[in-house]
Amino acid sequence: MESDVFTNAETVRLVMALVLVFGFVFVNATVMTYLERKLAARFQGRLGPMEIGFQGILQVPVDGIKLLAKQLMVPSDASGFLFRLAPLIAFVPVSLPLLIIPFGPKLQVLDLDVGLLFILSMAAFNTVAVFVAGWSSNNKYAMFGALRSVAQNISYEIPILLSLLAVALIVNSFSMQQIVFAQQSCWFILVQPIAFLIYFISGLAETNRAPFDLPEAESELTAGYHTEYSGMGFSMFFIAEYTNMFIVCSIATVLFFGGWRGVPLPFGDYTHALWFLGKVYFLMFVMIWCRWTFPRVRFDQLMNLAWKYLIPFSLLNLLITAAVVSL
Amino acid sequence: MTDSTREFEVYRFYLNLGPQHPSTHGVLRMVLGMYGEHVVDIDPVLGYGHRMHEKMAESRPWPMFLPNTARMDYACALPHNHCYVSLIERVNNIMVPDRAEYLRVITSELNRIASHLLWLGAFLLDLGAFTPILYAFDDREQVLDILEHVTGSRLTHCYFRVGGVSADIDEKSIDLINVFVRRMWQRFDIYDKLITKNIIFIRRTRKVGIILPEMARRYGATGPVLRASGVAHDIRKHEPYSVYPEFDFKIATAKKGDAFGRYLVRIEEMKQSLRIISQAVERLPAGPVRADVPKKIKLPSGGASFSVEGARGDVTYYLVGDGTEVPYRLKVRSPTLSNLSLIAELGKGILLADLIAVLGSLDLVIPEIDR
Repeated sequence: MESDVFTNAETVRLVMALVLVFGFVFVNATVMTYLERKLAARFQGRLGPMEIGFQGILQVPVDGIKLLAKQLMVPSDASGFLFRLAPLIAFVPVSLPLLIIPFGPKLQVLDLDVGLLFILSMAAFNTVAVFVAGWSSNNKYAMFGALRSVAQNISYEIPILLSLLAVALIVNSFSMQQIVFAQQSCWFILVQPIAFLIYFISGLAETNRAPFDLPEAESELTAGYHTEYSGMGFSMFFIAEYTNMFIVCSIATVLFFGGWRGVPLPFGDYTHALWFLGKVYFLMFVMIWCRWTFPRVRFDQLMNLAWKYLIPFSLLNLLITAAVVSL
Repeated sequence: MTDSTREFEVYRFYLNLGPQHPSTHGVLRMVLGMYGEHVVDIDPVLGYGHRMHEKMAESRPWPMFLPNTARMDYACALPHNHCYVSLIERVNNIMVPDRAEYLRVITSELNRIASHLLWLGAFLLDLGAFTPILYAFDDREQVLDILEHVTGSRLTHCYFRVGGVSADIDEKSIDLINVFVRRMWQRFDIYDKLITKNIIFIRRTRKVGIILPEMARRYGATGPVLRASGVAHDIRKHEPYSVYPEFDFKIATAKKGDAFGRYLVRIEEMKQSLRIISQAVERLPAGPVRADVPKKIKLPSGGASFSVEGARGDVTYYLVGDGTEVPYRLKVRSPTLSNLSLIAELGKGILLADLIAVLGSLDLVIPEIDR
């Protein structure tokens, strides 16, 4: 057997992992939705969902049932095939990186040598999905919103790549697990604070989260790219967004905050996973915090920020890192 | 058609900022000619909220019009009340007792604060900040509770009567007012940190929608819109009415006339209103709250007008009587209409997102425009 052909056991393991991954995606979306609503409420001085279940815990599953029950509408002049495909383009590729994220030293489905690049390329599918959704809606305004989102996503992918490359240079590898192993002495946030800052801001823009949510809140002026979607189609986009947030925060955790590393706790083998999830959810809390605090950035200011500030600084950071590493 | 003109044809389109708005402006419709991101021309289409208030004034005895005044500008109803009632008093030479005048000032200024708080929340909501509206409404709830105690309604107050006000204020209301004033002074710190010093907010509002003084004068803009361009014109100081001359307060102005300036002016106006309220509550004289007024008052023939400073600008009512109880004509000057008329000139070439910011900063209440 060649080393790059899977054995039967490997295949079964992979399929099981995929099922778990998609299960996790839905669980994450549920938890995130609840967290977002409760946190938003608390930031605004109110209580949030309280009626359904204790402290409103059952609110999100109930909302999910409601969305499932909604009639799936396809606009009559829309390209039916593309219209139905777009949520899948958003949802599936963004869930795959969960396969290679290390939840613990041995809790990783697949340790690709090019793990980081794989994650970045999967994240890029989101741009395609947004564009297909806007185009196939046959709606002038949805298209307009989709174009803006595509421009935003493309512009911010570059600072993400450049800031992550800096870390990859230090570790000399793209493998996620290697990057965690390399943070034995200190977390990379101390070594590459600028890269983290640029990455986090660009991550907010990639996931279309406030203060960069102009494509979504286009619904103020024109329609956002997912206006024509109802029920499950809409929730696919929604889940894709939360999963994307999870991926962005996971990458930040792995690359800057030491991944699953942490003080040993009495949870046995699951300590590492708990540490990992704790850090990821902390970063997601910061993302939610940002959304409910800041007003929206105007579109041209958004592009200015990416091209005139984030890219030059991340390039500079990369050059300095390269210089230091080569010494 | 050459390639470039074809591109222009495709790139240029009409956007309808329809009568239904997620931004809480009311039923304002604007047809925008767009060139990509830029607005090339603006055509406001008004009248979706026309309720024929002025016609109603012509068809019923003048006391029955009083509730209508509140419904025209519902966010800041008491100045409209004030204007109408003072107009009748002026025409019939009716003197209002001091206590009543003080109560009128207190409630009007409270209403001004409530209106500005509503504007603040809505403006920031337009810009995409979801939280300040809830903080502003928290404060506004306190004001509305006080106004409910005093006037009987939370929003469309019908408190003033010819010769005074309809009911006296009690100790509990005065306590509530004092508590509110104390608390509100501290809330400005929160707004300062969260909004005024927020760089995203500053970037979105500075140098956006600059209105020069001569442009404001040309369109008859009044209120915070005019004052933010540097023109210190306030009806309370320049055509004083009621007991405003007895109070010590400043006219809030800003220098640049941009959206940020209008924001600063309204925040400062809230602070000045708090000062007026404190002074008025302290010096509240004893006495009746309503003068003895004959039951039926016929309006003498001829015309008269009265101006007050509403939250949005100069509210003027012009009344033509014909010797009966029913007015021959009542003309209501809506400050919002004059403020809005700027937009056709102001908005040429502006970015769409900036247009939303400018509209928000003008503080529009469309029912007042349409009456």
